[in-house]
Amino acid sequence: MDTSNSAGSSGPKTLIEKVWDRHVVHAAEGEPSLLYIDLHLVHEVTSPQAFDGLRLTNRPVRRPELTVATEDHNVPTADIDQPIADPVSKAQVDTLRKNCDEFGVQLYSMGDINQGIVHVIGPELGLTQPGMTVVCGDSHTSTHGAFGALAFGIGTSEVEHVLATQTLQQSAQETMAITVNGELPEGSTAKDVVLAILGAADTGGGIGAIAEFRGPVIEALSMEGRMTVCNMSIEFGAKAGMIAPDETTFEYLKGRPNAPTGAEWDAAVADWKTLRSDEGATYDREIVLDGADIVPFMTWGTNPGQVAPISANVPDPADFDDPGASDAASRALEYMGLTAGTPLKEVPVDTVFIGSCTNSRIEDLRAAAAVAKGRKVKDGMRTLVVPGSGLVKQQAEAEGLHTIFTDAGFNWREPGCSMCLAMNPDKLAPGERSASTSNRNFEGRQGRGGRTHLVSPAVAAATAIAGTFATPADLD
Amino acid sequence: MEPVAIVQGTAVPLDRSDVDTDQIIPSDWLKRVERTGFEKGLFSEWRDGEDFVLNNEDYAGANILLGGPNFGTGSSREHAVWAIQQYGFAAVISPRFGPIFKNNSTKNGLVPVEVDIETAEALMAAVQADPTLEITIDVERATVEAPAIGLSSTFDLSESIRHRLLNGLDDIGLTLQQVDKIDSFEGSRPSYMA
Ligand code: SF4
Repeated sequence: MDTSNSAGSSGPKTLIEKVWDRHVVHAAEGEPSLLYIDLHLVHEVTSPQAFDGLRLTNRPVRRPELTVATEDHNVPTADIDQPIADPVSKAQVDTLRKNCDEFGVQLYSMGDINQGIVHVIGPELGLTQPGMTVVCGDSHTSTHGAFGALAFGIGTSEVEHVLATQTLQQSAQETMAITVNGELPEGSTAKDVVLAILGAADTGGGIGAIAEFRGPVIEALSMEGRMTVCNMSIEFGAKAGMIAPDETTFEYLKGRPNAPTGAEWDAAVADWKTLRSDEGATYDREIVLDGADIVPFMTWGTNPGQVAPISANVPDPADFDDPGASDAASRALEYMGLTAGTPLKEVPVDTVFIGSCTNSRIEDLRAAAAVAKGRKVKDGMRTLVVPGSGLVKQQAEAEGLHTIFTDAGFNWREPGCSMCLAMNPDKLAPGERSASTSNRNFEGRQGRGGRTHLVSPAVAAATAIAGTFATPADLD
Repeated sequence: MEPVAIVQGTAVPLDRSDVDTDQIIPSDWLKRVERTGFEKGLFSEWRDGEDFVLNNEDYAGANILLGGPNFGTGSSREHAVWAIQQYGFAAVISPRFGPIFKNNSTKNGLVPVEVDIETAEALMAAVQADPTLEITIDVERATVEAPAIGLSSTFDLSESIRHRLLNGLDDIGLTLQQVDKIDSFEGSRPSYMA
């Protein structure tokens, strides 16, 4: 059933349909629906041309108070009290500052305690709440779906549309249930859950759909873990990924700066509790996984669906049934400089990056620090630990995590996107190989010619110590 | 945006699956604050390789980009669409697009031609064999045709997108015609929301 068809129908509804239906401003047969947007997050990369468009057409920002901006993609993660060295990056950040000032939009700038990666600060400031529609000119906006929000990435034309109208035209999407049953084995994390889902769904399996993650494994995850899972929804092509809000969600939100308070809080929670799929609601697509099969995973290729257990060998393209997948695997192995049959655990790594909107929250840093504690990074290994926001950095330092990292030989940095996409000075050199907690292993993603393997924070930390891909258990 | 009704010309065969937007326009190019000048960034890393298809003289002047499955996955960067258009392409053909890329295309008048896999493969083989193969994409009828190989197929195009492409309509202007509905919707939002 398409979400559009559900408007007005009285049958059981999915969470996806409930949130969608609440936001329909206007719907007509054969046209996309006009959806109201509750929260619009903005960053420096995808907004300059949108603000320019407003200026050209003399349009104001309709609801500046529902719009929040931050600087993240370009910002350096060292010496942030100095001006940005790259003049083009600097111009882009300056343009955002000028635009926010001119249009009355709240901006968290470099050095502000609330500054950070856009998908880290929204939840942390309590801006992201259940049942909302959240958009941003960034594909990993799906992260916010962890709260039961309908959250998705948009292009710059749409950024301008939301700025001008606080709405978006959206075509109906299919619904997709991704159920993870049972329990995770000891040592497996939320990142392994989503890498396992990617392996099962492939890069295009979610195209045209909004996914709901559910089942006992998902329910047992913390908010940080849920954000890691929803973050990567876009990597299998889903428009968004959502998780029904529950006590874990309310607990996380309570007392955050922008969360409701007093009687409004009670009203909000009562409302949020209705945001779950009804008994008997049906989905257009379904994937079911058993938590027991989810071991520590990593990617071996150049798209996030090319995953394998860390204990496996580099796959042989000849073993793929589908000729397209086999070709893609050959090309990927060539780019990655890997030989079929090599144990992944024997592949040497040059750089370890712990950060990005997938894995730079306090819990991620705690997991990595637990592995780093009392150990030493392998000689010659380059490491970057980049907290997701000023608040995460402050919390980590209050817990002494930074000293655990620096004592072990890790490099402790200022918040930003950093080596997730290498728009700032943190880049891989051609041929260099990274173990990265980010979300994309595309060719050149972390620097031209760089080779990226996606892993969890615990695996990243263990790999930094071992020098080759390793799980914490391998260090004992 | 400019209205577009017919795209007629030759195509460049980019025979790979999962061409992501990081490849279409690498992140260095995203630092620009202008909306133009992205043509040089199109596939800039691959273009350094001599045998990359865009460097093949036989395909010079083509105005259609023919891609494999999952074309334009990944990042939401609209710069990918701008780069393809500014390089000189008016349409992209693929059996499956990354949804944000597809949506961004329609906002800029770049025609996303999502055909079935058989049609995509037939076109790919034909264009690889004959770079001068003439292809016609008709937005009004949502068809793609290559008479020389007897190919005629339809593609998926919603009524509203067809209407916008044909008339070069500005979405924001259209939405603002509904401003009364937006006003009244705002009046009904729960009070606990900001
Ligand atoms: S951390 Fe990476 S994926 Fe996340 S918003 Fe920044 S660049 Fe995008």
